[in-house]
Amino acid sequence: MKSIPDATDLPVLLPAAERLARRAAEERRLLLPRLDLDWRWGVALAIIVLLAAGVAEAQSAPGQESVFAAMAKWAPLVGKGFLLNIAISLVAITCGTMLGLFLGLAQISLLLPVRAGSWFLTQFFRNAPWLVLLFYCIFMLPYRVTIAGEVFEIPNWLRATFGLILPVMANVSEIVRGAVQSLPKGQWEAAESLAFSRGQTLGSVILPQCAKRMMPPWMNLYAIVIMSTPLASIVGVEEAMTLARGALNAERRGDLLIPVYGALLLAFFVYCYPISRLTRWLEHRAQVRI
Amino acid sequence: MELIAEFFRDLRATTGLNFTIFYDPFDVARFWRAFLVTCQLAVASVVLSIAIGIVGAFGQGARFRPVAWLVNAYVAFFRNTPPLVQMYFFFFALGAITPTVPDDIGMEVPLVSNFAWALVALSLFAGAFNVEIFRSGIEAVPRSTVEAAEALGYSRLGAYRSIVLPLAFRVCLPSLNNNLVNLVKTTTLAYAIGVPEMLYVANQIWSDSLNVTEMMNVLLLLYIGLVSFLVWVMHRWERAMRMPGYGT
Repeated sequence: MKSIPDATDLPVLLPAAERLARRAAEERRLLLPRLDLDWRWGVALAIIVLLAAGVAEAQSAPGQESVFAAMAKWAPLVGKGFLLNIAISLVAITCGTMLGLFLGLAQISLLLPVRAGSWFLTQFFRNAPWLVLLFYCIFMLPYRVTIAGEVFEIPNWLRATFGLILPVMANVSEIVRGAVQSLPKGQWEAAESLAFSRGQTLGSVILPQCAKRMMPPWMNLYAIVIMSTPLASIVGVEEAMTLARGALNAERRGDLLIPVYGALLLAFFVYCYPISRLTRWLEHRAQVRI
Repeated sequence: MELIAEFFRDLRATTGLNFTIFYDPFDVARFWRAFLVTCQLAVASVVLSIAIGIVGAFGQGARFRPVAWLVNAYVAFFRNTPPLVQMYFFFFALGAITPTVPDDIGMEVPLVSNFAWALVALSLFAGAFNVEIFRSGIEAVPRSTVEAAEALGYSRLGAYRSIVLPLAFRVCLPSLNNNLVNLVKTTTLAYAIGVPEMLYVANQIWSDSLNVTEMMNVLLLLYIGLVSFLVWVMHRWERAMRMPGYGT
């Protein structure tokens, strides 16, 4: 008897499985978790912070400073630290995106050495742990550079930012390559038949269409970058996490622990939530159109 | 072994590149231990997070709704907060209230070591993603297959274990692999709570021997190597588990 060929195996889970396989391929390409925030979690977090602060307030000794007053006292300092987090993430995403665009376009170059080299760079920085890259940049970059006789000090946070730029660059590179490859081949052929050069095709046909597809994963990447900025506290950058810990140490009060860290989490949530919503909205819109 | 040590001693004498972890017995021993700790942490958290994923996905479909709500709350919380904050939360907040026990020489040591806290934090973090992944796999199993199992007299648990899960597992294996690769990269966060894994010990070594450049490069290459190895194993596994007639 003839063995049954692959194609006629029992169709136990065909349609959904194919959809999932596509999604898995997409996830594999991006290799990053997708942030999906729900406003209810923000509300729950706010309630927990308020409850914890209230309980601490009720239990505090008579002569002690109120929990809310203590938090208000430190808020400007930690807030300034949070601004540094935002600054780090903005610099990292801006520089990383510019570098990543180049690297991504190099990945679809017609020259084999360029393609292979950029592929290797992308894979290398995508697969290295972020924390190790952060350490690498903190310790390996010079503390000061001399340009044309001028000595420039490189602050700690800027070196940490370099550590974040590298993985961002690699991820953007992969987003670009994926977006270009997801376009139907007919687009390239049509442009070719209209006598567009390769550069013209990329510039006026391919990339404009890619921009729309690149938007959701790029914004998700940004949300992940802002969530990764507390990593910089490990290498001693004075950002919100470091300052919050410093404030707790200065106050020497255990009851402040949950309210302070909770408020910090809430700040991250409030910052990330609109980004997450916008990502979902853009994704949804793209889905409807295709 | 001796040859390697000799080579790196020579390298130091001729070029100044100081790879203490290849010739200094103390550094060799502690870096090797650190490598093992990283591997242990990675393997244990992978296994635990898969277990959490399987149980959680089963719980999500429970008829008793509060169980499902609980699982959903867990997933939403751990998916959307930075793993570093989770690690700190477990170690500093929960670690402070767990009891301590006296050890052999009478010192008070915490009942739950920092390795165990790192393991718990990492497993719960990756487990939350795994629940979602398994759920999407279970959704791919058609209702009719489950009904056929019910018709054959399977209980909900029996059908889940012998029919739904084996099918779902194969479907969601690629997503699972992505998550596990991420998990192995996240083990470096255990550094933050002082688990003696590779990053932590490398830090100690370069503080002692002032060979930051060499250790940094060794570390980067080792992690890339570990992750590449995992990716390779997972791809083999995926191919072995592939259902004929699906995907590419």
